[in-house]
Amino acid sequence: MTRFLIHRALIAVLVAITVSVIGFSLLRLSGDLATELAGDTAKPEQIAQVAHLYGLDRPLYAQYFDWAGKALHGDLGRSLFSNEPVSLLIGQRIGVTVQVSFMALIFGLVISIPLGVLAATRPNSWVDRMALSFAVFGQAVPGFWLGLILIIVFGVMLRWLPISGSDHFSNFILPMVTLGMSVMPAFMRLTRTGMLDALDSDYIRMARAKGLSTSSILFKHALRNAILPVVSLTAVSLGFLLGGSVIVESVFALNGIGFLAYQSILRTDFPVVQSIVVFVSVAYIALTLISDLVNAYLDPRIRLG
Amino acid sequence: MTRTPYFSGNEKPILEVEGLTVDIDVPAGKLHAVSDVDLHVGRGETLCIVGESGCGKTMTALGVMGLTPRRATIGARRLVLEGQDLLAMSKAERSALRGDRMAMIFQDPMTSLNPVYTVGNQMEEIYRHHGKGGHREARERAEYLLEKVGITAAKGRLGQYPHQLSGGLRQRVMIAMTLMCEPALIIADEPTTALDVTIQAQILRLLADLQKEYRMALVLITHDLGVVARMADRVIVMYAGQVVETGTAEEVFTAPMHPYTQGLLDCIPIPGKTLRGAKLGSIPGIVPSLIGDLTGCQFGNRCSYAFAACAAAPVALRKHGKGRGCRCLLDTAPASASVHAKPVGAAP
Ligand SMILES: Nc1ncnc2c1ncn2[C@@H]1O[C@H](COP(=O)(O)OP(=O)(O)OP(=O)(O)O)[C@@H](O)[C@H]1O
Ligand code: SF4
Ligand SMILES: [Mg+2]
Repeated sequence: MTRFLIHRALIAVLVAITVSVIGFSLLRLSGDLATELAGDTAKPEQIAQVAHLYGLDRPLYAQYFDWAGKALHGDLGRSLFSNEPVSLLIGQRIGVTVQVSFMALIFGLVISIPLGVLAATRPNSWVDRMALSFAVFGQAVPGFWLGLILIIVFGVMLRWLPISGSDHFSNFILPMVTLGMSVMPAFMRLTRTGMLDALDSDYIRMARAKGLSTSSILFKHALRNAILPVVSLTAVSLGFLLGGSVIVESVFALNGIGFLAYQSILRTDFPVVQSIVVFVSVAYIALTLISDLVNAYLDPRIRLG
Repeated sequence: MTRTPYFSGNEKPILEVEGLTVDIDVPAGKLHAVSDVDLHVGRGETLCIVGESGCGKTMTALGVMGLTPRRATIGARRLVLEGQDLLAMSKAERSALRGDRMAMIFQDPMTSLNPVYTVGNQMEEIYRHHGKGGHREARERAEYLLEKVGITAAKGRLGQYPHQLSGGLRQRVMIAMTLMCEPALIIADEPTTALDVTIQAQILRLLADLQKEYRMALVLITHDLGVVARMADRVIVMYAGQVVETGTAEEVFTAPMHPYTQGLLDCIPIPGKTLRGAKLGSIPGIVPSLIGDLTGCQFGNRCSYAFAACAAAPVALRKHGKGRGCRCLLDTAPASASVHAKPVGAAP
């Protein structure tokens, strides 16, 4: 177990470094930042001056180490737009993003797991078909479209919920549903397949031969096995939600880091964009590591080798 | 090995099954996995069900247990366990008997234990579920039974997970688990097929010893006639979903009546009798499809004695004295294979 832990942690660190290098380089290579910053009408001397000012004339590796060293100490540079520290900008907004992501995740899980279990206990029944259609719908509908429909129905027509802002809990309900719908189908399918496999297994037949109750067979014996891949997917989905809520945050004008990323891209505010990319990637890596640990905890075959 | 004699006299059988039928819906129609099977097992008696792969042994067992797959329909004229009519019971009532009065051991010990729970957990839950006692009693009984089935350091094993045990150990755990509530009937479906040969013999001996000690009725399913010879008091030979011959082990081995049984016995080499390098007998031909209605004798296409009447109508199981039956139109058994004058396979 300890070896497994160290192994996974080491891999996570290596991946994080690689991602930060790639994230850093991509942005630098995506265009001539100095030209962009200096503006369309700038003369070559002015561009050179800007490049020097931001250290863009130094070798790429030197720029990376400089940036990474500071980043490790929490200094992500300053926004080119507002001149505020990037860490402050992210810090102000991360709460909103984390909150909406978790709410969406829980919403998705609460709907999809019971639905998946129900569908698997009655394969090819109308419940099963409904569940699958629901999943197909969730997968096919684009987030911004669903978001807009929800705004029109619940915000404008029924006036039950606010349509923008992020100060009150009710602001998060529509974004939660919109984002939750995007992760729900995969959870539902995975739970359903996992349950079908489990229910077909020898150990479930054994559990039946022991005369156990239906709830013990379904939840203690089958779901506990079926849930293992869902746990892995949960971590991945949370990473996806943290980084992928750009569109939904924009639609609902939620002031999270997705919205910040969107604004910063429009403003060529590269320290902010770069920091968000690396930040989300590292969060993603950390979540994957956590999911490995949870899986190891849940599955004795991994835990005890 | 001395055997408890074939149940006789006044004692009621533990399990009485008459006319058990299991049909499975398949895309091509109705598959008659089990047709009109009768079986009776008494206290302390071992009944072996033998037959080649696909003849319906497992489905018979699952039918008795009430565990047939979703697409199966099951019927019976009589299904009685310890005097209780299972056919008159609700699902819940039958489920309450499973694991308590009737237990089953499956073929594959590697996959029949739940990988995410400890041995102790899986053993204790059956005891507690059937209301035999609390956590402490369950744990004590589990430990006692693990020792009973020959597992050393039983206390430590309770905390282990299935993947930490070898196949033989897992099958011992399964056996111990089925004993938790002291059932009257154990059905063991090829309990040794997945194990090494040396382990097989140990597990069979263990089953025989436990059965004797607890005076359980044991239904042992196998396709290995060596196992039958070693374990059986009585034998049911199945072919294509039907019982083709029944009798005591002695009767079936020394004077097999059905051409199929004779063919099966001819497939076994006998040390000293079978010439070294001689070709082993095997029954030519293939098993008929079980889908659709029966026409004539199921064995007709492989039987060397077949005559016109065999194909005309389904053949009934005819009684030849108490507990002896044969599903064949021939009146007397054709000259039986004389090499099988004694049961094959030495008793362990
Ligand atoms: N789930 C199922 N769906 C359809 N047909 C099935 C199913 N299970 C079993 N059968 C069919 O039912 C018949 C009896 O199967 P069963 O498993 O009882 O045979 P068996 O005698 O136990 O064979 P084996 O020695 O291989 O275990 C076979 O023809 C098999 O193909
Ligand atoms: S009934 Fe006919 S075909 Fe069937 S086993 Fe007897 S002799 Fe052979
Ligand atoms: Mg079988």
